[in-house]
Amino acid sequence: MIRFDNVTKVFPDGTKALNGVTVTIPTHKLTAIIGPSGCGKTTLMRMINRLELPTSGEIFIDEQAVSERDEVELRRSIGYVIQRIGLIPHMTIEENIAIVPEMLGWDESRITARVDELLELVDLDSKTYRSRYPFELSGGQQQRVGVSRALASDPNIILMDEPFSALDPISREQLQVELRKLQKKIKKTIVFVTHDMDEALEIADEIIIMREGQIEQMATPDELIEHQATDFVRDFIGQDRIARRRDFAQRTLEEFDELLDETWVGDYAEASSMITVQEAIDLLADNSNKRIAVKRNDLIIGYLGHHTLLKAAMKDREGELSV
Amino acid sequence: MSNFLETISSRSDLITEAFFQHIYLSFVALAIGILIALPAGILVARYHRFAEPIIGVTAVLQTIPSLALFGFLVPLIGIGSKTALIALVIYALLPIVRNTYAGLTSADESIIEAGRGMGMTPNQILKKIELPIALPVIMAGIRTATVLTVGIATLATFVGAGGLGDVIYRGLQSYNNALVLAGALPVALLAIMFDLVLKWVEKRVTPKGINNQ
Ligand SMILES: Nc1ncnc2c1ncn2[C@@H]1O[C@H](COP(=O)(O)OP(=O)(O)O)[C@@H](O)[C@H]1O
Ligand SMILES: [Mg+2]
Repeated sequence: MIRFDNVTKVFPDGTKALNGVTVTIPTHKLTAIIGPSGCGKTTLMRMINRLELPTSGEIFIDEQAVSERDEVELRRSIGYVIQRIGLIPHMTIEENIAIVPEMLGWDESRITARVDELLELVDLDSKTYRSRYPFELSGGQQQRVGVSRALASDPNIILMDEPFSALDPISREQLQVELRKLQKKIKKTIVFVTHDMDEALEIADEIIIMREGQIEQMATPDELIEHQATDFVRDFIGQDRIARRRDFAQRTLEEFDELLDETWVGDYAEASSMITVQEAIDLLADNSNKRIAVKRNDLIIGYLGHHTLLKAAMKDREGELSV
Repeated sequence: MSNFLETISSRSDLITEAFFQHIYLSFVALAIGILIALPAGILVARYHRFAEPIIGVTAVLQTIPSLALFGFLVPLIGIGSKTALIALVIYALLPIVRNTYAGLTSADESIIEAGRGMGMTPNQILKKIELPIALPVIMAGIRTATVLTVGIATLATFVGAGGLGDVIYRGLQSYNNALVLAGALPVALLAIMFDLVLKWVEKRVTPKGINNQ
């Protein structure tokens, strides 16, 4: 658990990058920090491994203040991945990955075995790549090495600052999927800075939305799509994306009123067009209801049956359902 | 031509002695220059606020015409090889300090950032990242300094420190062109030879993975 307690950062030039941030980042989860450029994401993250010191406030890792820890020892115990990768050009892939284990004094055979294991973990063939130099790899492959370097000494916490945003879209998507898979296996506490909302929704367990040095909202991706704490959050995510991502069960009948039948002869229950699909399913599940008469302003606008929900579900999958 | 060969054989003692003096002056000056300039370059790269003044001072020293510098030093230190060495060291400083500084600060910021983030100490960053990346540039500076020193050592004769300048000077005084050539040719050959050797060394010390980028 990483806890920020009322953390403020003012740079020497007067820039207030963080303004009284209090937030707790959960253990074993992938937490994305997102917000517009310059809102303080990087500054917040760099405080965890003391690359940046707070002007006031304190950061705790498992309730121990980071200010009480030796900065070099602290950093060696935390994985760090940056956007520009930063592999050391005159070191081979193996030497790059071995940097932290070597500083920690691991013996050679242990390091060799670990490098093999890590390269496999990020889907690079060890035999082919371990003795190559960084310039011989593509951007996507280099960042795979960047990720395995951060995992080398098996740290509990891994910090990633927009690790995939400089990559081409295909590599980016691949690495997102693989990070998700990897995280299922290794269950680290990952702090992942990004400015890409789709990326955050795709890979994060928790999302922290920041704005001008403050936290606007922290929620799971599902919660965030369901409920936005402020107008800023709503705008930042975007109506389109909210509509696209909303769980089908939580949509209202209003959103597909054009699919309703005009007539029905038989039993029906009545309900407002504002009820959700889930509520409609529950109503239809009651054996006596073959249809729901959907009402808007007390007027029946049409009848809904199972087939209506199926059609709506298909449209939803195609992303064609209106907001 | 035969005149030239004759001169060489008849004055071989003088030429040989001057030749070794010349090498001695150049080498010692260079060694001292490196010993001063390398740490100075590392220092200015580490503490950027010293960069301007230190590089500025060495640059100013460099602009003093070499003959004038020897002239200034004589009343202060007197004549002899000490004076010559001091002057030569001063000339060797600038290229080495400047290239050391430039080389050390040329490492991509993201590499340093990654190193810091992994918990490398400033000394480890210097040793494992900055110096290897800077090495070819530093070697280029040393090469420049070497060629410069070998050339300027010719003036050591004016402060009584010998060297191939002696041979040239005597040739000039006695209107003996062959003797002038017998002094000038080895200077040129020395400079070219050192340049080639150091170029080769420079290539050898360039770490794999850097030159191909
Ligand atoms: N070393 C620094 N000195 C002065 N201002 C800085 C420094 N680092 C960042 N800032 C400023 O602090 C604010 C937050 O920066 P940053 O945390 O990098 O934002 P983000 O990562 O969200 O884009 C920005 O206004 C940025 O210009
Ligand atoms: Mg940033």
